[in-house]
Amino acid sequence: MIDPSEALASAKAAADRIVKVKRLNACLTPIKELRKSLAAQASAAHPSGVLYGMPVAVKDNICTLEFTTSCGSKILEGYRSPYEATAVAKLKAAGALIAGKTNCDEFGMGSSTEHSAYGRSLHPFDKTRVPGGSSGGSAALVAAGAVPAALGSETGGSVRQPASLCGVVGIKPTYGRVSRSGLVAFGSSLDQIGVLGRSVHDAARVLSVISGRDPKDSTCEERDSLRLPTVPESLQGFVIGVPKEYFPQDLDPAVRRASDRAIRLLRELGAAVREVSLPHTAYAVATYYIIAPAEASSNLARYDGARYGPRFNGSEDVRALYRTTRGEGFGPEVRRRVLVGTYVLSSGYYDAYYRKAQQMRALIAQDFRNVFDRGVDLLFTPTTPTPAFKAGEKLNDPVAMYLSDIFTVTANLAGLPAISMPIGRIKGLPIGGQLIGQAFLEDEMLEAAYALERAVPAGEEA
Amino acid sequence: MAGAWETVIGLETHVQLRTLSKMFCGCSAAFGAPPNTNVCPVCLGLPGALPVPNEQALRLAVRAALGVGCSVHPRSIFARKNYFYPDLPKGYQISQFEQPLATNGSLSYLSPDRGIATATIQRLHVEEDAGKSLHDRFPKQTAIDLNRCGVPLIEIVTGPDFRSPHEARTYLLTLKQVLEYAGISDCDMEKGSLRVDANVSVRRPGDTALGTKTEVKNINSFAYVEKALTVERDRQIAVLESGGTVAQQTMLYDSKTNNVRPQRSKEESHDYRYFPDPDLPPLVLTEEFIAEQQTLLPELPTKKRERFVEKYALSVTDAAVLTADRAVADYYEAVVHAGAEPKTAANWVMTEVLEDAKDHGDGLRVPPGALANLIGLVRGGTVSHQAAKRVFAEVAERGGEPRNVAEALGVMQVGDAGVLAAWVNEVLGAHTTEVARYKQGETKLLQFFVGQVMKASRGKADPKLAQRVLEEKLAS
Repeated sequence: MIDPSEALASAKAAADRIVKVKRLNACLTPIKELRKSLAAQASAAHPSGVLYGMPVAVKDNICTLEFTTSCGSKILEGYRSPYEATAVAKLKAAGALIAGKTNCDEFGMGSSTEHSAYGRSLHPFDKTRVPGGSSGGSAALVAAGAVPAALGSETGGSVRQPASLCGVVGIKPTYGRVSRSGLVAFGSSLDQIGVLGRSVHDAARVLSVISGRDPKDSTCEERDSLRLPTVPESLQGFVIGVPKEYFPQDLDPAVRRASDRAIRLLRELGAAVREVSLPHTAYAVATYYIIAPAEASSNLARYDGARYGPRFNGSEDVRALYRTTRGEGFGPEVRRRVLVGTYVLSSGYYDAYYRKAQQMRALIAQDFRNVFDRGVDLLFTPTTPTPAFKAGEKLNDPVAMYLSDIFTVTANLAGLPAISMPIGRIKGLPIGGQLIGQAFLEDEMLEAAYALERAVPAGEEA
Repeated sequence: MAGAWETVIGLETHVQLRTLSKMFCGCSAAFGAPPNTNVCPVCLGLPGALPVPNEQALRLAVRAALGVGCSVHPRSIFARKNYFYPDLPKGYQISQFEQPLATNGSLSYLSPDRGIATATIQRLHVEEDAGKSLHDRFPKQTAIDLNRCGVPLIEIVTGPDFRSPHEARTYLLTLKQVLEYAGISDCDMEKGSLRVDANVSVRRPGDTALGTKTEVKNINSFAYVEKALTVERDRQIAVLESGGTVAQQTMLYDSKTNNVRPQRSKEESHDYRYFPDPDLPPLVLTEEFIAEQQTLLPELPTKKRERFVEKYALSVTDAAVLTADRAVADYYEAVVHAGAEPKTAANWVMTEVLEDAKDHGDGLRVPPGALANLIGLVRGGTVSHQAAKRVFAEVAERGGEPRNVAEALGVMQVGDAGVLAAWVNEVLGAHTTEVARYKQGETKLLQFFVGQVMKASRGKADPKLAQRVLEEKLAS
């Protein structure tokens, strides 16, 4: 059916394209190693797989046997996992080629890829800007045309936000749709592996392959893998809600224009569009920045230098080993979140912060259910409040950085599927629009995305 | 002056569940493998690895909870207990905190001071074990063995219900019996499959408020439970009587010196920052699952003890001895079912059978039917009680039917008055002085004559018949 030499050709071409965009610092795998591995993978790849020969880059916080898994952190520099993530195993079983590890904010904590221990990645259109994050390396590689798709991961928007900023498609599936086994944990109740792709179809077919049950992950749902919908003729019958909280007074006018245009197109495609309200949206970022760091403080406790990863000086007694390894191995943003997380879980503060945040999370999830219960199928919002920002602009202002996730964290808190797709340009920089779907109804979400993708002039100024 | 003080003790017992594999991964839970061989990414806490609960461990935990009378909750929550230690590879232990598997149980035990007493079981929860730090393996270095890491445990917490170290120990033995009966754990303290921490305080009798408690740890054998608690109780009393106050702290027991010392503040527990483990959905148990575990629970020692008292008219103490071990209890009942009189059977089992078992690796070597037959021979006067012990030993050693063995040993009692008469005549002929004294009214000499007849017959004479024949001859 397929000529085996095609996979080899595809592997070589992918490696060549990745070399070409080396300046982006999007791929962390040394090029020699990458070429060698791609060639080996291509000759071993099973030709009957649905992704036969397709190069897929993988975020550095997802375990692979082929390459190191450092999570963009010094504390895991050179770490080789003895097992691979279920998502990676499924990609390989489908014939895909793992095209290197992509740069990211350390352990996924960041929105610009500037918090990587291996240097920031550059925006493919403007080297002074960030590609977003934390899956910025994956987004930049896809946007630069080096790979058709890449795995990313989300805790609060880390796939959709860089997708929006780089002008590619980013899907975060329903929590429990894709196994987290082998995804290095940040905020376990929020984490999901997602896909970045050149098109809705490229991203969706990769998602379909990696989705489905996994006995290694108790939070992964007992479901078959996602079935891809066909491209619909129209969106007749779809009810699309536009939550007013996502269009605040001070929203960037260009972002508003791009969103309005997309909403108009959805209407023209036959969808009924309705304004809706998600009243607890204002608390989402605060809620997220309690729950995610709390879980992170526990998830990152294992990096102590005792068993794997580099050790730093001062390993004379075990406390000193912990102090120096964690003090020097983690970057400032990770340390900040570990401290915040430790604080909010402390006895005496637990009720005031963590428990409250969990209660608010339930209310946020209820907001979505209320809207969906009233006949709304999907929600449309901007993905990010702005296009790609300048490197360094928000580096010393964590809150400003956190607010770039303001439209994306809600889907993680509620566990819902969401997709970001390009809906236009603002002074040449891409901006994304977001569809949020109902739990495990990715197929409906993708149908609407297919239709909007065809209709929207993504390359035109909004 | 211990008499002027009341001791109050509560116990927290960790019990290793008898499963083939660990709590959250497929690694073997076996004891004694070479260090770090029963490990995988999950129990090593490698980046990205996730826990998946072991269903068999949950079955055993539910059975344990039902065995100590707890309400098993249809929904419980796994929580992370966070602390740094090199033998804790994830930096947290998966346990249960706010919503444990089971609460509100009780276990009755035979208090040495108060008769049947009841310990309240406040909670029973499931957790995983940590690894082991080996400080003596390499000079000046600590080695870590993670084989034990992730092995399934339950923790059983009592109220402050015990009034003496002896009581606490008795409860613990009773708990052990229950867990062994139900096949939940092998409860081997030396192997660490049962570990106990104790909360100890003292107060003046009549006080309703509890005194300041300390937690006693590192009690690593049943033999030390009472000793450790006594040492700590006495220490607290001495502190209070000299006008001091007891500090709330953790005390480590040292079995070599039979002493307790406060845990260094570095070793003290910190804030564990418990929170629900996001890697594990709430543990939901169906009614059917719980009911199934109930049906798989055998009759437990207390129930069995009560039934033995009722059905076989045994004393509580005897019933307790017989029900201490499930195999012994089953054996006893088999002897009774084979026709032995219950009280006699109890005496046999508690003496000959248990002594023999003790010397032979807990083996019950004489089949219950054979013991019942032997008891029947004694009852029918065919074999004397003394001779029956020899028969028992022989059957235990070489097998065989008691009657045949008794014949082979030549210990069948002679119940023929004619044969007996010969021995009686022989004895009376040899002791004419005693015969004369008897006839002058010293009738208590009869037992002497019986003894002589038994001796002459080498134990084969039926003593009752011998006495009758003697009385007849002496009266004539």
